[in-house]
Amino acid sequence: MFNYIIRRLLYSIPILLGVILITFTLDSVMMTPNEKASRVLGPKAVGKTRTEWIHNRGLDRPMPVQFVNYVKNLVTFNFGTTWVTGRDLSETFLQGVGPSLCITLPGFFAALLGSLGLALFQVFVRNSPVDRVLTLFSVALMSVPTMVYVIFAQAFLALNLRYFPAYGFAYEPGMLRFLLLPIVIFMLINIGYDARLYRAIFLEEIGQDYVRTAHAKGVSTARVLAVHVFKNGLIALITLVVAQLPKLILGSLLIESLFGIPGIGSMLVQAIQTGDQPVVMVSVFLGSALYLLSLIVTDILYAWADPRIRLS
Amino acid sequence: MSTPLLEIRNLSIAFHTETGVVEAVRGIDFTLAKGETLAIVGESGSGKSVTGLALTRLLPEPPARYVSGEILLEGRDVLKMKPDELRRIRGNRIAYVFQEPSTSLNPVFTIRWQIAEAIELHRPEVCDVDAEIVKYLELVGIVNPRQRMNDYPHQLSGGMQQRAMIAMALVCHPDLLVADEPTTALDVTIQAQIIDQLKVLKSQIDMAIILITHNFGIISGIADRVAVMFRGKIVEQGPTAEVLRNPQHPYTRALIDCIPKLGQRRKRLTTIDHAALEAL
Ligand SMILES: Nc1ncnc2c1ncn2[C@@H]1O[C@H](COP(=O)(O)OP(=O)(O)OP(=O)(O)O)[C@@H](O)[C@H]1O
Ligand SMILES: [Mg+2]
Repeated sequence: MFNYIIRRLLYSIPILLGVILITFTLDSVMMTPNEKASRVLGPKAVGKTRTEWIHNRGLDRPMPVQFVNYVKNLVTFNFGTTWVTGRDLSETFLQGVGPSLCITLPGFFAALLGSLGLALFQVFVRNSPVDRVLTLFSVALMSVPTMVYVIFAQAFLALNLRYFPAYGFAYEPGMLRFLLLPIVIFMLINIGYDARLYRAIFLEEIGQDYVRTAHAKGVSTARVLAVHVFKNGLIALITLVVAQLPKLILGSLLIESLFGIPGIGSMLVQAIQTGDQPVVMVSVFLGSALYLLSLIVTDILYAWADPRIRLS
Repeated sequence: MSTPLLEIRNLSIAFHTETGVVEAVRGIDFTLAKGETLAIVGESGSGKSVTGLALTRLLPEPPARYVSGEILLEGRDVLKMKPDELRRIRGNRIAYVFQEPSTSLNPVFTIRWQIAEAIELHRPEVCDVDAEIVKYLELVGIVNPRQRMNDYPHQLSGGMQQRAMIAMALVCHPDLLVADEPTTALDVTIQAQIIDQLKVLKSQIDMAIILITHNFGIISGIADRVAVMFRGKIVEQGPTAEVLRNPQHPYTRALIDCIPKLGQRRKRLTTIDHAALEAL
């Protein structure tokens, strides 16, 4: 088990290096050191200030050396500074994680519980009119574009009825009023899609022989679903659920920027709009690292959920 | 005469599928006394499993429909029971062993967990559940039951899995064990062991058995009576020795001809002419 995790971590290294190489190359191709300097210092800073800026960042050294230095910096979490605000990048990201998690964590758990409950209930009443209505409902939820939810929430609930602020964020006792709409929207856009997937997973299990055995033992239908079928379905569920973990930390691009939540998602959107390349590059690196990590977590959870799997 | 344990009267079961109605069981009658062993023999698709599952109403409805008839368990009609009454007879009065032990056991729970669930459902008075599990695993011939019970199904061989299934079925002292092709998925030597095990259990426990099989070869020595099913009907039933010695129906004769006999020169296996039989 321990060896397995070490090995998987080692396997991740070349993949991460590949990701870094791609972003690094794109970055170098898109802007020359001179362009970068004038982007940060302004077009008027020429001559000594500019060459010094370039020299201090090692941008005048050979490409392979630059790459090695860049990798070194990334793995020591020395991300450098943003171009626009000049602030330290690791600090900026750490500050963004909090607001992002404020939206994604509650939204994720609400969607998970909601879609699991919905899926199990639909399997319980499978092929009945209720099941069909709920399927229709799920399809509707997943088909409505996020923007429609946002516009409805902001225009109607926030501006017209004044139930909620339309925009903003603050760490304060009443912060929930800022969070509620984005959380509910995050939940809604996930719940319909997830419920349909989970329903399919559970329906697949319901036809298995062990389900008949459980019924033949006198186990109640509710318990067959909630214990026997659920534990077996968990194996397939884990992949789907854990794959969402990077999304939780990186936040939701659209919801955060539309509701003015200062999380990583809206930070990234801003960085793309202002051409703040270091922010984008670090986001891509963190996203890939988190994704690779979630794959390893998936494997470990597999082994926990399914006794037939042994990690070696 | 006392009421029999089980009495089936004019039972008909149909499946309503997209491609049409399949009459899987067509007006069958049989009775089973306490402690008696009945073999239901017939070819694939003749309605044996459907009959067995119907006894506790285990068929999925829809597509299954109980068209007519009664299933009387000590005089009470199973088809008229409410869901919680049904749950109380399932596993408790009528228990099952199925054909494919590797898929019939739940892969993600230990043997101990699965047997304990049955005990907790029907015998809440048992205090030492583990001791009870060990007792029954021992009874069905599993060596080292204290360790084996902590295994997951995939850690056991097919024969051991089927023994564990039998232990799980017996642990609630059922009046009737329905064994639906309990040996078909196992290799030949294991098949014989499982049948022998059932014979031993039959002599130790006062329990009726319905042994469903397509193989006439395994029933002598265990079944008191045999019912032969063909296309949803029971075409012949009677004491095993008698039916084997003097089969009345041509289908029965054809099935008995399929038993390979020791010391006999290999001859061509007879094929069954369904059109001719259907015309009877
Ligand atoms: N769930 C179902 N849906 C539709 N038809 C079914 C279903 N279960 C059984 N049948 C039909 O009922 C008939 C009898 O099936 P059954 O399983 O009882 O046969 P069997 O005698 O047990 O055969 P085998 O030896 O293959 O197990 C078959 O024609 C089958 O197609
Ligand atoms: Mg069958």
